[in-house]
Amino acid sequence: MRLPCPCCGDRDIREFTYRGAALARPGEGAGIDRWDDYLHLRDNPAGAVRDLWYHGGGCGAWLVVERDTVTHAVDGARLAAEGL
Amino acid sequence: MRYSAFEILKQGLTGNRGWKPVWRDPVPKDEYDIVIIGGGGHGLSTAYYLAKEHGLRNIAVLEKGFIGGGNVGRNTTIVRANYFLPGNSEFYSHSLKMWEGLESDLNYNVMHSQRGLINLFHSDGQRDAFARRGNAMINQGDDAVLLDREGVRRHLPYLDFDNVRFPIYGGLLHPRGGTARHDAVAWGYARGADSRGVDLIQNCEVTGIDISGGRVTGVQTTRGAIRASKVGIVVAGRSGQVAAMAGMRLPIESHVLQAFVTEGLKPVIDHVVSFGMGHFYISQSDKGGLVFGGDLDFYASYAARGNLPMKEHVMEAAMTLMPVIGRARVLRSWGGIMDMTPDGSPIIDKTPVDGLYLDAGWCYGGFKAVPGSGFSFAHLIATDRHHAPAARFRLDRFRSGAGLMDEEGTGSQHNLH
Repeated sequence: MRLPCPCCGDRDIREFTYRGAALARPGEGAGIDRWDDYLHLRDNPAGAVRDLWYHGGGCGAWLVVERDTVTHAVDGARLAAEGL
Repeated sequence: MRYSAFEILKQGLTGNRGWKPVWRDPVPKDEYDIVIIGGGGHGLSTAYYLAKEHGLRNIAVLEKGFIGGGNVGRNTTIVRANYFLPGNSEFYSHSLKMWEGLESDLNYNVMHSQRGLINLFHSDGQRDAFARRGNAMINQGDDAVLLDREGVRRHLPYLDFDNVRFPIYGGLLHPRGGTARHDAVAWGYARGADSRGVDLIQNCEVTGIDISGGRVTGVQTTRGAIRASKVGIVVAGRSGQVAAMAGMRLPIESHVLQAFVTEGLKPVIDHVVSFGMGHFYISQSDKGGLVFGGDLDFYASYAARGNLPMKEHVMEAAMTLMPVIGRARVLRSWGGIMDMTPDGSPIIDKTPVDGLYLDAGWCYGGFKAVPGSGFSFAHLIATDRHHAPAARFRLDRFRSGAGLMDEEGTGSQHNLH
C-alpha cells in the first residue's frame, strides 16, 4: 500500500503511522455522549473510509486519506491542517 | 454419524464412499425462539450450550458462508489462560477448563494438545512483570512456572539465546496452554448442536434486524424473513455491520492480523513459543507446518489479507528468535479480520434493544474463548443474567470508564492494542 502524500508524492506505508477514523474533536463543554462517540464508537465501514495518517518518515504532516477497507485501494490524501 | 475403528477400516477399504453428512442442511423455518447470527466457533458453541445447558431446542444459527469458513478456520489455534486482569483472568480460566473437558463432552476429537506455552523475556524488568503475571495466574487457579535461561534452554534449545538486542533471560511456562485443531472445534460443536435439534443454516446472510417498540422481532435474510423473540449477534470481524442493522454503533474497529504457515517439517517445535518483544509467536501443527504470526497491520481493514511491511517484520522476528527457521519455506499466509475494542478485551452483553444480545470484540484472542464465550453467551441469552466469569465484559465500560480491562496497559483507545 502506498499513500499519496500531498507534500512528498506516493510513499510506502512504512513511512506512516495510522491514527484512525478522521473525526472532528468535540468542542468545549461537549457532553459524555459526544466524547464517547468521538473516542470509542465507530461506523467501521467495509468500504470507503476517511482516516488519519501521520507521515513521520517523511514531511511530518497529518493526512486525511480516502481509501477502501475491503480492497485497500487508496483514492487520495490531503493535509489534515486544511480541515477534516 | 458415529465413528469407530471398524468404520474407518471399512470405509478405507471401500473408497470412503459411505460417509454421511455430519449435520443436516435444513430449510429455514419462519420462526424460531432464538436466532444466532454467525455460525463461527462462538455462534456454534452458543447454540450448543443453549441446547445442552438450558434445554432449548427451537434455535437457528444463520451463517452467511459455510460452517468453519470464517475466523474459526483462519486463526493460529492457540489455547491458553495466562491473563492478568480481573475479568479476563476468570473468564479465560473458565474457558480453558472447558477445553480440558471438551472432547469427552462433544465426543469429538478436537486434537486439544496441552503442549505448554512459553512467553520469553529479555530483561530484569520483564522478568518481574512475568513473575507478577505468573502469580496472578496461580492465584486464579491456573498454572505458571517461571523459567530461568537454562530452564528455557532445556525446553527450547534451538533459540538464539545470545541475540545482541534481545538476549533470552528466561520465560514464563504455562504448562496447560497449547493448541487445538480449529476446524475440528467448529465441526464438533456443529455436530453437537445439530444433534440437539439446532438448525444450522448455511449460505444465509442476515440483511436486516427487525425491531418493533424497542424489542427485536426477527431478522431479514437472503433466504427470507425469520421471526424470533431473541437474537444473538456473534459475528466478530463483522460486528459493526450487523450491529448497524439494529441502529447501533459499537466501540469496535476491524483490523487485519496476518498469519503464516511453512511446509510440513519433522517435529522441531514442541511448544507454543511467544516472543513478545518481536510481536512474534510460533507453534508446529500436527501436520508439521510451522504456524506463526505477528502483530496487527494497524489500519482498519476488511481485506482478509495484509501488506508486506508486517510480513517482513514477522520474518525478521522469526530469524531473530530462531535462525534455524531460515531453512523452512513459507507455504502460505493469510489475514483474519479482528474486532478490535479500545481496551483489547471482549464484549458479552445485552444491547439497548430488548431481546438483542451481543458477543463481540474478541480482538486477536477469540479462538481460545470459543467454549467459554459460547457458554457465557448462552447463559446470558437464556436467563437474561450475566454469567459470572464473563460478567465484566460490559458494553458500556468504555462510555463510563469503569471496568476497563486494558491487559497491555497501553491505554483504552482505538489502535493501541
